[in-house]
Amino acid sequence: MSAKIVARSAEKRFQTRAGWMTALHDFDLEVAEGEFLCLVGPSGCGKSTFLRILAGLDHATGGEVRINPGPDPRQPLANVVFQEYAVFPWKTVLHNVAFGLEMRGVGRKEREAAAHRWIDKVALTRFVDYYPAQLSGGMKQRVSIARALANDPQVLLMDEPLGALDAQTRAVLQEELLQLWEESRKTVLYVTHSIDEAVFLGDRVVVMTAHPGTLKTVIDVDLPRPRDLSVMATPEFAALTGAVWDALRDEVRRAMAEQG
Amino acid sequence: MTPKPGSAGPRWSGERPAADGPAPAAGAPPTGGAAAWAWPLGVLLATFAAGFAFDLWTRGWWALLGVGFVCVVLLAQELETRLALRWRGAFQRALALGFPLSLLLIWELLAGSGILNPRWFPPPSQIAVALWELTVSYDRFNRSSLIGRPWLVPEFFAERGWEGVQALVRESHVWATLSRVLGGFLIGAFPGVLVGMVMGLNRTVRMMLDATMSAIYVLPKIAIFPILMLVFPNPFGEGPKIAVVAISAFFLVAISTMAGVQGIDKVYLEAGRNFGASRWQMFRHVILPGALPIVFSGLRLALGTALIVIVAVEFVRADRGVGFLIYYYWQVLVTPRMYAALVVVMALGVGLTALLQWVERRVMPWRRG
Repeated sequence: MSAKIVARSAEKRFQTRAGWMTALHDFDLEVAEGEFLCLVGPSGCGKSTFLRILAGLDHATGGEVRINPGPDPRQPLANVVFQEYAVFPWKTVLHNVAFGLEMRGVGRKEREAAAHRWIDKVALTRFVDYYPAQLSGGMKQRVSIARALANDPQVLLMDEPLGALDAQTRAVLQEELLQLWEESRKTVLYVTHSIDEAVFLGDRVVVMTAHPGTLKTVIDVDLPRPRDLSVMATPEFAALTGAVWDALRDEVRRAMAEQG
Repeated sequence: MTPKPGSAGPRWSGERPAADGPAPAAGAPPTGGAAAWAWPLGVLLATFAAGFAFDLWTRGWWALLGVGFVCVVLLAQELETRLALRWRGAFQRALALGFPLSLLLIWELLAGSGILNPRWFPPPSQIAVALWELTVSYDRFNRSSLIGRPWLVPEFFAERGWEGVQALVRESHVWATLSRVLGGFLIGAFPGVLVGMVMGLNRTVRMMLDATMSAIYVLPKIAIFPILMLVFPNPFGEGPKIAVVAISAFFLVAISTMAGVQGIDKVYLEAGRNFGASRWQMFRHVILPGALPIVFSGLRLALGTALIVIVAVEFVRADRGVGFLIYYYWQVLVTPRMYAALVVVMALGVGLTALLQWVERRVMPWRRG
């Protein structure tokens, strides 16, 4: 059986005022069905670009990026949990979570029932009829996660979803996210710049090089599942984050030197 | 009066003997720990005493009012720090309401005593009486009334049917202004939103129209009133008046709607696309609600402008309308009625703004609280 997500020699070039810029170069990756894959790399390495291509918000200018088995009228390909709180301020929690289903033409009763199920799962039952302005940052991002999962995509894409949250809220949401994932075992591509987060969540951590972004190394995370935050205190965890950091350090330096 | 030991806030740290304060007057109350409120009160009384002693009330009344205002502010602040927390809200509301009321009172006194010339600044009581007279009376010369004498509706209806009721509506100045403002506003605002949306969404249309729109935007629309009088078959009818309001509203609303559409955070558009919204769904679920806050700030501006424009137009060419009333009573020098008409314009502004805010809360429930 072929992998769920396949990228072969993927390339993305942008035209800017200064000329052509290569964000992604000769990028190869395979993600298995049901795998939780974390993507780390220095800022501007094209990890978000790759995610945007998968989300259909951008196109690869070369090579191939594919989600298998391809478009299906009954199930959307990939939905994104965005970096900022991209929940719609003008919709209640219920209508935000039901948004994807509504766009797909699912009837009101059915989509609201599904939305209620997911709102219960992310513990926002009391806030169904609240608007995002009335919620905290962590709650908004829960809505965003529920919105993506309620749409039941083949692949879940997460673009630094917890980056804007404070450390404690982030830790709580990381655990909740793992619980949700254990239930559904959906294929997840998770972009982050936190090494701890990548090792804690992922089955594998992919380290990317500074631009042009390409695959540097892949680190298998063989920590037992289900995991909780106590795993972060183990020597195995420390060894893994150390390995990721070893791979990443030179790239971060190079990226900083190029920017400076 | 000594401060309670428990209430020693930062305001009390600067406590000083009255001798340090600027010139306590002879009539100042006993000082001590209460210096912070004693000296403004002293200055206030001293200033007013000096006002009577040296006849400053006629020559330097503005200086007396200035010093008085500063002292009252200081006293009110002192008083507020001494109030229990639960009374502060009520106190602030009392200030908000008490200040304009005392302004009116001062005006009344100054005009009554002849310091203000009552011919140009009739006392508020006279204006109120004039407003009442305007409301209940019928002007035989202009064949008009302020609000159309609604109490006569049954009588006129019995005599002449609907035509009688229409005659009453037609004689009303308020109705004339209101219909022009609302009519023009609606006729201008709806196409304004439409054109603004298209300009915000389509780059080509925006490039083509933007410079032209911006050029017309800065032109005071009242300046094209003469052109409109030429264009319409009846230059003295309602057509040009409503049209000039509509045109003023149109450009304001169009330009702010365009800004609203362009200002939508890109992440919402991407979320819409990622969840597979069609063009219409994108418009209905993302672009329209995303632009609404700025659209409404444009509508508020347009409403204010509409009121300005209609009053100006009614100055120039109308035999009905509150703008006409102001101008008419200026010409015949009945200033209390002129002021009464100004009060009516203010009431119209307040009423229309409140109406728009009500609509805004209904249309954008997520912006509440």
